[in-house]
Amino acid sequence: MNYVNPMKPSERMKLPRQASIEQIAEERNKNFNEVSAGLDEARALIEAARCLECKNPVCIEGCPVTIDIRTFIQLIYKKDYIGAANKIREANYLPAICGRVCPQETQCEIVCTLGKKYEPVAIGKLERFVADYEITHNLFVPPVITNHIDKKVAVVGSGPAGITCAAELAKIGYKVTIFEALHGLGGVLRYGIPEFRLPREILDTEMERVRQLGVEIYKNFVVGRTASIDELFNEWGFEAIFLGTGAGTPTFMGIPGESLSGVYSANEYLTRINLMKAYQFPDSDTPIKVGKEVAVIGGGNTAMDAVRTSLRLGAKKAYLIYRRSRKEMPAREEEVHHAEQEGVEFMMLTNPTRIIADGNNWVSGIECQKMELGEPDESGRRKPIAIKGSEFIVPVQTVIEAVGQKPNPIIQTTTDGLNVSKWGTIVVNDVQLTSREGIFAGGDLTRGGATVILAMRDGKIAAEAIHKYLSEKPDADTKVK
Amino acid sequence: MYPIVAKEILSPTITKYEIKAPFIAKKRKAGNFVMLRIVEDGERIPITLVDSDSNAGTITLIVQAIGKTTKLLATKNVGDSILDVVGPLGVPTPIELHGQVVCIGGGVGTAEVYPIARALKDAGNTIFSIVGARSKDLIILEKEMGQISKEIYVTTDDGSYGRKGIVTDPLKDLLDANKDIHAVYAIGPLPMMKAVANLTKTYGTKTLVSLNAIMVDGTGMCGGCRVSIGGKMKFACVDGPEFDAHLVDFDELIMRNRTYVDLEKIADERCKLTPSIVALAGGVK
Ligand SMILES: Cc1cc2nc3c(=O)[nH]c(=O)nc-3n(C[C@H](O)[C@H](O)[C@H](O)COP(=O)(O)OP(=O)(O)OC[C@H]3O[C@@H](n4cnc5c(N)ncnc54)[C@H](O)[C@@H]3O)c2cc1C
Ligand SMILES: Cc1cc2nc3c(=O)[nH]c(=O)nc-3n(C[C@H](O)[C@H](O)[C@H](O)COP(=O)(O)OP(=O)(O)OC[C@H]3O[C@@H](n4cnc5c(N)ncnc54)[C@H](O)[C@@H]3O)c2cc1C
Ligand code: SF4
Ligand code: SF4
Ligand code: FES
Repeated sequence: MNYVNPMKPSERMKLPRQASIEQIAEERNKNFNEVSAGLDEARALIEAARCLECKNPVCIEGCPVTIDIRTFIQLIYKKDYIGAANKIREANYLPAICGRVCPQETQCEIVCTLGKKYEPVAIGKLERFVADYEITHNLFVPPVITNHIDKKVAVVGSGPAGITCAAELAKIGYKVTIFEALHGLGGVLRYGIPEFRLPREILDTEMERVRQLGVEIYKNFVVGRTASIDELFNEWGFEAIFLGTGAGTPTFMGIPGESLSGVYSANEYLTRINLMKAYQFPDSDTPIKVGKEVAVIGGGNTAMDAVRTSLRLGAKKAYLIYRRSRKEMPAREEEVHHAEQEGVEFMMLTNPTRIIADGNNWVSGIECQKMELGEPDESGRRKPIAIKGSEFIVPVQTVIEAVGQKPNPIIQTTTDGLNVSKWGTIVVNDVQLTSREGIFAGGDLTRGGATVILAMRDGKIAAEAIHKYLSEKPDADTKVK
Repeated sequence: MYPIVAKEILSPTITKYEIKAPFIAKKRKAGNFVMLRIVEDGERIPITLVDSDSNAGTITLIVQAIGKTTKLLATKNVGDSILDVVGPLGVPTPIELHGQVVCIGGGVGTAEVYPIARALKDAGNTIFSIVGARSKDLIILEKEMGQISKEIYVTTDDGSYGRKGIVTDPLKDLLDANKDIHAVYAIGPLPMMKAVANLTKTYGTKTLVSLNAIMVDGTGMCGGCRVSIGGKMKFACVDGPEFDAHLVDFDELIMRNRTYVDLEKIADERCKLTPSIVALAGGVK
């Protein structure tokens, strides 16, 4: 194992962790431009120099797709940015996306050796740096596919799971077709995650690269409706299918007042804004109404995105209502931090009990109850318990519920033989195979709400498993003869 | 892209379109709808699949121009294309043998009930139909409905055609006179469906309505189309759009559908500024 950086470990440790260049909070909470510009070259080089080039690079085990982090950082150190980008792409086809939205602090960075005593290497930011460098300098060269396998694989859903599976299979040489229900590609990356975290040009560029691998794409195609899974096998001639349809169906809390005008699921709210561009209304046609005061319920990434978007759409007050304490919030640390800077008011240990109407069937307030934390439950998190008589009313005109999602049942209910759990997720084995031959699945569809990088991991494992399955499967023709 | 292959004006505001969409044409069943988006940055709107021809690969839609998107569609001609068409969506109507059935269409709702009436007729039911509208020029598909019906009744609010009054008038007569009517299908404006539901409840006659909730995706992903059915939350696009009329909370839906009226007006005003739509808007009122 060779070192490329001549500095002594003690010198490296003295270098401070480099911060991204960011728009200032008071300005950015009024626009949809990207919050963070990432690291510039000078900062990226300092950050790369911090890496200890460990003999045992534990960071790699922390990454769900096992990117060779040590090597790509060494390549950055040597200013071989394209080499670094290609190194990452061996394991992860969409680095510009992961570098932005991956919860690094709980994955690769949490285990980084440097992090034991100092701050960990900013692995995610370095990943983003090389991906952006490649885009701005227009240096991407699509991998050359030399092997062509005359077998068709269908991928259902164009979220991170589906896109990754499709890219990996196309690189091996399969004929891959993606079916996507919406008119835009990317799944949550397009309709859920706002532009100020993931600009559309970046997403479009990454999606285009999948097309450049020769992947065929049908948009506006709802599998289970436009064609069933069995039709894809029997009439379209696909020999394996990967399901990456996500967990897109919103759940509601079931409190009184949820049918009032002004109450949205986070999905509807974000879809209107991100996919349908309602923030440009009336230059775009889809309307959205955001009150002066907005309450968002939940503590995940979805809630953070909804509440930060509300400020950008002109809300004077945006509350984040969460029934546990801040420590328990599942959102990425960076997003919570950004939300706070932008002026979101956090109401922790608070649980909504009903939504209140004005005379016109519009929301005028939300009644909440204070909570306290009791004993830890099965998940190990301390269970919130309502404090009797602590009800109070917050005046708001918009309520957005971000309290969880479950898989859309269209495919499960139109396909025989798929084993579905009581949460509506599809059951798979360790190589993402479902209970039916030739059908694989992954991402939020099998995990419930999870993360982009875990969806990609599933897509990658499934691609390997599909390759193995199709390589071993006797040819239909030869079987007949 | 989904090219328009035929277009026919049925009334000053209602137009029939045949659109090339082979996958949808092959799978369409009575009761299904599509979501369509005409241009980049346009809205996604739900429209019922009136008919399809799987050999020609075409679907038939009948659309009333009432706001920005539907008026924009009205400016499109044969040879033009629609950007996105998704479907067939929704749960198809369960086609059962009830015996005698009343099918009611109010305004452009007639276009939505027609495919159901036809499927019910093909399944061996006897159809009585009632077609209603505000005035004569909004009555559509009278001939087509007549062809599949034992009897057809026409009503207009202003008396400009058929019987003056609303669809519940002939419906009441039919239910009084005919004890063998076992089901009623009604599609039209919400107040009409509500009136039908209230009437048939007193007779205990099974009644189905198709709910025009405001939809965004049409695939169960946003929950914007949620309606209350027997006190339970359902998503109209995936659990419906048809529901048992006697369980529907019509008042709630009527209120919810008003959510964007002011913004819809802004969008509509805007489209009047678009030269190609001015001509049409002049004729529309
Ligand atoms: C608002 C929001 C913010 C988030 N922020 C982060 C973050 O910062 N970091 C992070 O790691 N994770 C984040 N997540 C979670 C992450 O986005 C998901 O875990 C991830 O997108 C799951 O990927 P997927 O491919 O399984 O599904 P999805 O991204 O949900 O994609 C599924 C796709 O399948 C399509 N589809 C569904 N049904 C059908 C059908 N029948 N036929 C055809 N197509 C169909 C859908 O339209 C969709 O495009 C966030 C989630 C949300 C909602
Ligand atoms: C399942 C279903 C089937 C339908 N079938 C037909 C049909 O066959 N022919 C037909 O002419 N109309 C049909 N409609 C109604 C049609 O969708 C609306 O007329 C259309 O969306 C109006 O859009 P606009 O921009 O022209 O008008 P706008 O000015 O935007 O809206 C006018 C009114 O239409 C309704 N509306 C607006 N946006 C939506 C939306 N995204 N989804 C649903 N309703 C909306 C609201 O009640 C609104 O007040 C159907 C609706 C549903 C839900
Ligand atoms: S993909 Fe995520 S976990 Fe893996 S190296 Fe990049 S930021 Fe870390
Ligand atoms: S664990 Fe940290 S310091 Fe060690 S190689 Fe990985 S990134 Fe570098
Ligand atoms: S239209 Fe979005 S869930 Fe029905």
